[in-house]
Amino acid sequence: MFQETALSGQITFFQKLRSLDYILLFCLLILGLVSSLSMYSTEGGEVLYHTKSHVIRFIVFFSMMLIFSFVNLKLWHSIGYIFYFVVLCLLIWASLYGVKASGSQRWVDLYFINLQPSELMKVAIIMCFAKFYHRTQIHLVNSFKNIIIPMVVLIVPILLVVSQPDLGTSILIGLSGLVVLWLSGVNAKYFIYSSLVLLISLPFVISFLKPYQKLRILTFFNPDRDPLGAGYQIIQSKIAVGSGGLSGKGFLKGTQSYLDFLPEKHTDFIFTLFSEEHGFIGSVLLLFLYAIIIYRTAKIGASARSFFGKLFCYGFASSIFIYVTVNMSMVLGLLPIVGSPLPIMSYGGSSMLATMIGFSVVMSTKIYQKQIIA
Amino acid sequence: MISGGSDTSYRKQSVVSRRMFILSAAKLVVFGGIIAQLFSLQINQNKKYLTLSDKNRLREWKLPPIRGDFQDFFGNIIAGNLKVYQLHIIPEQVENFNSLIIRVKDILELDQKTFNKIIKKKNSQKPWETLIISENLSWDQFVKINFYLHELSGVKPVLSVARSYPYNENYTHLLGYVAQASQNDLTNNDEIKKKHVPGLRVGKIGLERSLENDLIGMNGVQRYEVNAYGKRINQIDHIEGQKGKSIRLTVDTKIQQKCNELLKDRAGSISVMDIYTGDILAMHSSPSFDPNLFLYGISYDNWEAIRNNPKKPLINRSITGLYPPGSTIKPIVALSALENNVISPNFKVNCSGKIEMYGQTYNCWKKKGHGVVNLRDALKVSCDTFFYEMSRRLGVDRLNETAKKFGLGNKVFNDIFNEEKVGLVPSTEWKKNALGRGWVLGETLITGIGQGYIQTTPLQLCLMTAQLANGGFKINPKVIVNKDDLTFENIKSKMNKNLEQKIQGPDFDDALVDLGISSNKDNNLYSPLFRNQENVKFVLEAMFASTNEVRGTSFSSRIEDKKYQFAGKTGTSQVKRITEAQRELDLDISQIPYEDRDHALYIAFGPYKNPRYAMSVFIEHGGSGGSTAAPMAKKLFKVVIDRHEEREKFKQKNINFVA
Repeated sequence: MFQETALSGQITFFQKLRSLDYILLFCLLILGLVSSLSMYSTEGGEVLYHTKSHVIRFIVFFSMMLIFSFVNLKLWHSIGYIFYFVVLCLLIWASLYGVKASGSQRWVDLYFINLQPSELMKVAIIMCFAKFYHRTQIHLVNSFKNIIIPMVVLIVPILLVVSQPDLGTSILIGLSGLVVLWLSGVNAKYFIYSSLVLLISLPFVISFLKPYQKLRILTFFNPDRDPLGAGYQIIQSKIAVGSGGLSGKGFLKGTQSYLDFLPEKHTDFIFTLFSEEHGFIGSVLLLFLYAIIIYRTAKIGASARSFFGKLFCYGFASSIFIYVTVNMSMVLGLLPIVGSPLPIMSYGGSSMLATMIGFSVVMSTKIYQKQIIA
Repeated sequence: MISGGSDTSYRKQSVVSRRMFILSAAKLVVFGGIIAQLFSLQINQNKKYLTLSDKNRLREWKLPPIRGDFQDFFGNIIAGNLKVYQLHIIPEQVENFNSLIIRVKDILELDQKTFNKIIKKKNSQKPWETLIISENLSWDQFVKINFYLHELSGVKPVLSVARSYPYNENYTHLLGYVAQASQNDLTNNDEIKKKHVPGLRVGKIGLERSLENDLIGMNGVQRYEVNAYGKRINQIDHIEGQKGKSIRLTVDTKIQQKCNELLKDRAGSISVMDIYTGDILAMHSSPSFDPNLFLYGISYDNWEAIRNNPKKPLINRSITGLYPPGSTIKPIVALSALENNVISPNFKVNCSGKIEMYGQTYNCWKKKGHGVVNLRDALKVSCDTFFYEMSRRLGVDRLNETAKKFGLGNKVFNDIFNEEKVGLVPSTEWKKNALGRGWVLGETLITGIGQGYIQTTPLQLCLMTAQLANGGFKINPKVIVNKDDLTFENIKSKMNKNLEQKIQGPDFDDALVDLGISSNKDNNLYSPLFRNQENVKFVLEAMFASTNEVRGTSFSSRIEDKKYQFAGKTGTSQVKRITEAQRELDLDISQIPYEDRDHALYIAFGPYKNPRYAMSVFIEHGGSGGSTAAPMAKKLFKVVIDRHEEREKFKQKNINFVA
């Protein structure tokens, strides 16, 4: 105790400021700029509602992230479980009294903002597991108790989100959780066994899916079976990306987008629009930008002395990777269409808020990298 | 609490680092996969997706092609395109469609029926599709609309073109008419299908139909960028269409109009032909109707009026009307008899008004009889008794051969008019095949006076007359002017050459045609149709007598002025068999019901000294040829001959003028 206090006391504000990861911050700012310009393009070159609110959200949440970065990592560690439970309560609230929109009940009305707790859960689950494994000794990681508790912690929010219904987000929460479990040393055989169980139970799972979800999976395997209906999104998305070519059609010149052939262009299909306008070169550069962000996050984790910070950074870097991969694979026709935003690029306040909270913890880990948490 | 042993802590760290390393490697592979997919879509398949993207966003709108004109011989437009003022509304661009349309209704003074039709049309099409409120605004309506235009946003007055027939009913049967393309038109004509746009007018009948592919022209194309909902965003390019080919006809509007005037209130047909070039100067069928009525869909009342007219205006009598030729066949019967040496010109028959043969009585039209007549007299006075006797000797098969050679029982045009009828010249073989019964000799007799089975179209009679009048040469009847048409002089010299050849040696070509080996029509074009031209000349001279000598059947219609003098042959064909009792009654024409009255016919050529034109006049249920048809020919000949000079002058000036 004494040691730790002494250590933290030695860090001055300027030292903290200096130890921020500026490359990561710069990359996030670039991403914010690119996303704002893309939003501007979705509105046909005018600053309308989506662009305005996206820019404001980015500025607000980015500033918030900067401020929260100075919060001691210990504090983040100490609220790890509380954060999870608060989000879980919000999820329950959402499924009881939530705001309904386009057939699902995902939002809670907080008077100043319509919050989507399932997005926050993506970060909360990582924080919760990071704390859990921080406190678990390595030889006890694979004990029965320590396998069952995280499973319950993971499955409860997943079930809540699935029932909203929001298959995409629940998959992302699940994957984020599993990746942390994997990193923290859960025996590989559990993953193999559970994959086998999943594979066997797949037909049963599919029978529980809603008709539109089944349709999406069928459509994924053959988009041409209903080109104007279920297959429309993926066909139009591939046309947009493919017609972009090497260098794209040019900023504000994506015909698929401004002529409204592209569905959901503000949210899930924002990468399609970007790719149509900026082509292969632009798309690879954007992917590269994400790769740097993931790499810098992981690097912070590598240099963190506390297991909580390390596990959170690794887990958060991996889940950013998962969001990016799932979103891009989806719009490029490599995965079925499930609702999954592209971090920071896609329009959506809750998603941006969750991402920025995550980066706050990452930055805090950087500032307090030498700190050891009991 | 003191943190866990450094050993466990170290182990924990090493596990997470090792696993993160594995995960990072996996991430690189996955990102590689995404880049590979991007490469595949954007580089490898870029062309395919670019095409698909263009297919998405570009829409072509075909514009209606502008139809080619019809011109008469002198270049006057007889079927053209008229500028019309139309009123269009695009419902999507209108704020309050209902109040706008009611305002428009008031301004245009539309009746409720038209108004309902417009509303129905609006509901059946997409909101961004142009709604045509009126296809043809009157000038007054156009002015009114323009006056109120500032308060009618979304309403567009448009200048468009529509088919127009400036001579109304004059050319209806020759040209036909256009109307909206039907499903049938689309399936039967690929050219129409290719160029079809909603509201396209296509030829329904006549030359408008048969020359459709030349007339139709090329569509203009407007290419627009559209959004996902099909709304036009902006115009990318505009390709001008091409007007269809203009077609110049051989007809002379002045003569055509004269025919129409002569046939006023009658059912019948008049055709006029150049006996050398085969140019049809006029071909009119009466009663006619105004083809302009069909442009915007004919109204019920107008259509009923046309359909229920007992004189049947829809029938083109000139080429589809089949009638017994009556005595107008006699020149051919006489020629056939002479050519086959059945009789000599001096052969005589005593006509007592009737003749008994095969147990039947055959009457001459003149009850008292003609007395002793030779062939020339028989043609001149149209003695039936003489022709009964001559036909009996000739036989129907030899008559059939001559009649077909001169143009009866064949289509006059190859394929310009699909509705054209072949007609019928009977033969023993025909009857066996068609009716399954043997030929009865008595039938030969009535065939010899143009009654019985024989049926011809008025135009066939005209062609027959022309081919007699030119000295007996085959000609090519036509209504369309072509660049490579032979001139009168060329044709005349060709005929002379062919005649010389025939006289000089045995005609090999003729023999081939006779044997049925050669049937090439063009090969024997302008070649003689006779064995001995003296026979043709004899018949022509007898026709002259029939018109210009006392007791000739059309003597009262003669013109003595040599410039206009013509020769002809009357015909009065019975519609139904009459009994002896009726014959005795000798009713006046006004006492017989219209449908039972005889058809009046007249064929003629002139000017007699140097024949150039032939005509046939046919009046359905018109009574006798001499009293009804011949006087019309007299009036028409004046016009035809007068117009001849104009025609020659025009030809001189416009040697290469086609259209």
